[in-house]
Amino acid sequence: MIPKKRKLGRGVALVGAGMSRFGVFKEKSSRDLFVDAFLAMKASVDKGIDVSTIEALYLGNLTSDLFEGQCHLAPIMADWIGMVPKPATRFEDACASGGVAMREAIIAIAAGFYDVILVGGVEKMSNLTTAQVTDTLAAAGDILYEVPSGFTFPGFYAAIATAYMHKYGTQPDHFMSVGLKNHRNGALNPKAQYQSTIEDLMAKRIAKVKEKGGAAPAWRDVWDFLRDGEANPVVAWPLRLFDCSPITDGAACLLLVAEELAGSFTDRPIHIIGTGQGSGSAMHGRADVTSLEGARAAAAEAYQMAGVTPGDIKIAEVHDCFTSAEIIASEDLGLFERGEASRAAFEGATALTGRKPINTSGGLKSKGHPIGASGVAQVVEIWTQMREEAGKRQVKNVDLALTHNVGATGGTCVVHIYERR
Amino acid sequence: MAAEKEFTATSFNAFLNEHKLMASRCAKCNAVYLPPRPLCTSCYSVDMTWAPLKGRGRLTAYTVIAVGPTFMVEEGYDREHHYCSGIVRMEEGPSINARILDVDVKRPDAIKIGTPLEVCFLSRGDGAGKKTFLAFRPAG
Repeated sequence: MIPKKRKLGRGVALVGAGMSRFGVFKEKSSRDLFVDAFLAMKASVDKGIDVSTIEALYLGNLTSDLFEGQCHLAPIMADWIGMVPKPATRFEDACASGGVAMREAIIAIAAGFYDVILVGGVEKMSNLTTAQVTDTLAAAGDILYEVPSGFTFPGFYAAIATAYMHKYGTQPDHFMSVGLKNHRNGALNPKAQYQSTIEDLMAKRIAKVKEKGGAAPAWRDVWDFLRDGEANPVVAWPLRLFDCSPITDGAACLLLVAEELAGSFTDRPIHIIGTGQGSGSAMHGRADVTSLEGARAAAAEAYQMAGVTPGDIKIAEVHDCFTSAEIIASEDLGLFERGEASRAAFEGATALTGRKPINTSGGLKSKGHPIGASGVAQVVEIWTQMREEAGKRQVKNVDLALTHNVGATGGTCVVHIYERR
Repeated sequence: MAAEKEFTATSFNAFLNEHKLMASRCAKCNAVYLPPRPLCTSCYSVDMTWAPLKGRGRLTAYTVIAVGPTFMVEEGYDREHHYCSGIVRMEEGPSINARILDVDVKRPDAIKIGTPLEVCFLSRGDGAGKKTFLAFRPAG
């Protein structure tokens, strides 16, 4: 069978993007977060948007059912932003829900069915305790054959890490360096959950101990702090607290339109030139757990459609739900050779000033990971960078960028490629 | 020929309760599935048979978990009492994930990928409420 070379039936452009502040907001429900994101998106459209011209809402959400006791979320979001009676549909593919919602919107516009679609993503996670969130997220794994073994989501990505360390001879510090870098980026992102570097957090911890008259902890540097089981406890060895994305409330919105209409919204649209999606089996069904088959398939489809290679990509937002996830993502996307990404990250290659900046937003680790919103918020960062509006975290000359959004341990993988012309 | 038990998780778990680790094998192409499946996704035959596994394999990936799901917390595991979960490649070919017992969870870096393992069964409850979890320990 000859693999089909897919192409978009017509061009699709991004003409607006915005997100709520990410964090823990006890007083806000998903609809309040969604309204915040919608308003931020609306304000970003250079020539304005008449909401009545939006034809449909495509919403990414993992499980407002379990997090808030609310299913059937899409029409409520549509109502709260005044879109009723336009069609409003929810997409659920675990942590890739947002990325899938966007891809389906791209396909619908490219097919000529719709001209203007609002893509949203939202998750309100903080109503539950950490244990309840752990159980809820585990439901995105294989409930019959994975959950009974005691695996958690951090556990799966920790198992990926042990297999990676064994295969390539790397150390837990290599993974920690991803968390350090993403916190440095997040500290420069006013929408991020954490506005602090890990170095700042360590300094605050020391100040607090001194304030109480205690002896200052004997950390020589931030690595000492990260290796300290009290300061940075193990969640699932080798992954510790600062290797894991947090529990987050948040929402994000994008305005996608047919390319030929982009000029009526902005003179500076971002063009979506490649989309790819793949699936993957449960972790035990894989010959090698240090790579996601679905991510490789999604990347191959997107690169082929866009007619570009990994070397052309200036920045990427990748799915760093855990630090080990960012490492294997950068290899699955071809941004680094197999077995090279963790050392490259450790040496600074993926920092803002590195040769291949990854997760300039702070990533899921530091910006936060409201599940259904994450795939959409990645695109908000690409929009911000491509329009040179990223302030202190701005990377120069971002004319080609990529997003990579993963559901669970790779059951769903979505890759998109963006061009600024 | 007696009808085979259906190739479901219910049957797999019933076998675990009898301390048997059972895969399904395609009678047409011999592909082995663990967990058992009713459909051979290699040749699309539905002509399956149950295949007992020897219960020996090697560790291919693992973690030592400090923050577990509720049912593990109820078993007494917490931030002070960790447990090991892993993926085991069976001698017959397929892999499965399971609890890994009798390894030093206080020294997770000393647990070695490639360690030969043998199956064991963790049963909880009695009668209709009996549930057995798949586990492995270093082969003695």
